[in-house]
Amino acid sequence: MNVHEFQAKSLFAQFGVPVPRGKEVKTPLQAEKWARELNSPVYVVKAQIHAGGRGKAGGVKITKNQADVPGLAKELMGKTLVTHQTGPKGRKVRRLLVEEGAGIAKELYLSLLVDRDTGWPIVIASTEGGMEIEEVAAHTPEKIIKELIDPAVGFQGYNGRNVAFALGLNVIEPAVINPFVQLLGNLYRMFMDKNAAMVEINPLVITTDKKLIALDGKVSFDDNSLFKHPDVQAMRDLNEEEPLEIEATANNLNYVKLDGNIGCMVNGAGLAMATMDVIKLAGSEPANFLDVGGGATKETVAAGFRILLKDKNVKGIFINIFGGIVRCERIAHGVIEAAKEVKITVPLVVRLQGTNAEEGRTLLKDSGLKLDVADDLWEAAQKIVGMTGKKRARPTAAAGGAH
Amino acid sequence: MSILVDKNTRVVVQGITGKEGSFHATQCKAYGTQVVAGVTPGKAGQEVEGIPVFNTVRDAVKKTQCDTSLIFVPPPFAGDAILEAADAGIQLVICITEGIPVNDMVRVKRALRNRLVRLIGPNCPGVITVDEAKIGIMPGFIHKKGVVGVVSRSGTLTYEAVHQLSTLGLGETTCVGIGGDPVNGTSFVDVLPLFEQDPETKAIVMIGEIGGDAEEKAAEFIKKNIRKPVVSFIAGITAPPGRRMGHAGAIISGGKGTASEKMKALEAAGVRVCKNPAEIGMTVKAALER
Repeated sequence: MNVHEFQAKSLFAQFGVPVPRGKEVKTPLQAEKWARELNSPVYVVKAQIHAGGRGKAGGVKITKNQADVPGLAKELMGKTLVTHQTGPKGRKVRRLLVEEGAGIAKELYLSLLVDRDTGWPIVIASTEGGMEIEEVAAHTPEKIIKELIDPAVGFQGYNGRNVAFALGLNVIEPAVINPFVQLLGNLYRMFMDKNAAMVEINPLVITTDKKLIALDGKVSFDDNSLFKHPDVQAMRDLNEEEPLEIEATANNLNYVKLDGNIGCMVNGAGLAMATMDVIKLAGSEPANFLDVGGGATKETVAAGFRILLKDKNVKGIFINIFGGIVRCERIAHGVIEAAKEVKITVPLVVRLQGTNAEEGRTLLKDSGLKLDVADDLWEAAQKIVGMTGKKRARPTAAAGGAH
Repeated sequence: MSILVDKNTRVVVQGITGKEGSFHATQCKAYGTQVVAGVTPGKAGQEVEGIPVFNTVRDAVKKTQCDTSLIFVPPPFAGDAILEAADAGIQLVICITEGIPVNDMVRVKRALRNRLVRLIGPNCPGVITVDEAKIGIMPGFIHKKGVVGVVSRSGTLTYEAVHQLSTLGLGETTCVGIGGDPVNGTSFVDVLPLFEQDPETKAIVMIGEIGGDAEEKAAEFIKKNIRKPVVSFIAGITAPPGRRMGHAGAIISGGKGTASEKMKALEAAGVRVCKNPAEIGMTVKAALER
């Protein structure tokens, strides 16, 4: 789960990571009131959307004039920002962060995540703050500093010193070495205590008066741990998520919207991905990822149909079930029952294999429903693509709350 | 011969009185697996399909000499269950549970370091040695005794591959589901040498997916150490970057972990990479006939 910058920064502040004085506002009037209270030499008005690249897209405004703040807020509010992470449709701005500006002497990069190789938390740091870290890693990998934190003992001072000296803080600004070590320890505590998946400060700024401050902040949380943190759950912003994905989650379905024409419904995540891949091989593009899980029932299949059919791009549906514990005749019953409730307006191919597959296929064939039944994966994929035409999707980024 | 588990493996099921636990314990036993004990705290003295239930894994080990654990404990308590099994002297822990907090697994993995216990999973279908022991949730009947070792990050996609191998008459030796979580106990490189050393295994099927670099590590390892033919499929060539595809570990981040990168690395290591998941069986057949 992702959160907004202003939410990330309020967590930073809670854990002793210095941030600019700032506040979320939703109207020009609120912006005006807060700017008066803030009373700073420089004001920054930042659009709050779940996507990076806001600055380049015109989503960040800076002014020295307090009287300009409400106007800038008015300009940004309701605007649709298109960045390299939002896709061409862009994202509507519904919230703003108004904060004080900082005198920047040096920009650093800092993040924390779990290293998949070792299974240990890892700090990633660089002197190339303000840039996309992927770019830095691709072009100047020697400027990426990594420090693994032993989860058995947690963050130690030496971890912080290793990073600080590798960054050359002793040359850049010795006064910030100790605050940096402390900041990193605090950030680690937040990362572990709040079950974050990733914490990123880009840039972490050394100010002209030799202080450290998190000028931007991005935090995402481990979905498996949200049950531990009602405060984090409360930060969820449904406006930043794809409506069909919200509906899927409410029905215990795992759905990701894509841009192709063939809707697919599959049991198991790996097979669901493989089904998307086989649709592409057969000459079309998948409209979605949809895993109905191990306990697929009539209700989940019906919910799946409803979601797939709400996507206007869907020109055909491919159901691919490998019955293990889930028995195919139950899925067949589910499809038949669901088809009574949901009017299926596009071609449908159902491929059943595994436990009681033959029985399931017979049930479907005898149901009188307009559908094709298959037992082989490749045969099924070719069938649905044949029925819907070999269309290539527009090469657009996927919608949804991607960072 | 086989790897990891066989007909002598003595299994304890943790979480045996739950819906999933009792169902699958029964299924495993029906397959012929020696399911000798179950554990649910506070329910000692009960039986599930004739399997005695204990309060702790320690008690189960003492009374039944079980050596392998199969875990169905719900996500918030599964990390604790894994550590309990390790502490009681269990040698092989197979954790089926999906949705364990990542930080719990970080701590568990750290605690298991330098211990002799092997953890398979979590978020996996388990391990089956055909006609000897089924320790997991996979449908037993799709398997056929044969010559192919299977190792996979996925569940139903593994069944798909197994079905093809069985239908073609090649059959399997042992199938190992290592799971779809980003922090897990056993990786491809841990399983591959076991298959290489197993005389009954003549070919290896390795099923990967987007996210992380376990497949790239495996490619490096295969190039140096594996002489048997390896056939691979990587799921997610159509997956967009930055989105999690069902499995917690299936995500392309920062341009890393794409299916095409993994395929390239494996091909460079001499692995036969299938673009089409429907051709896994045929590709193995062709490799064995060469």
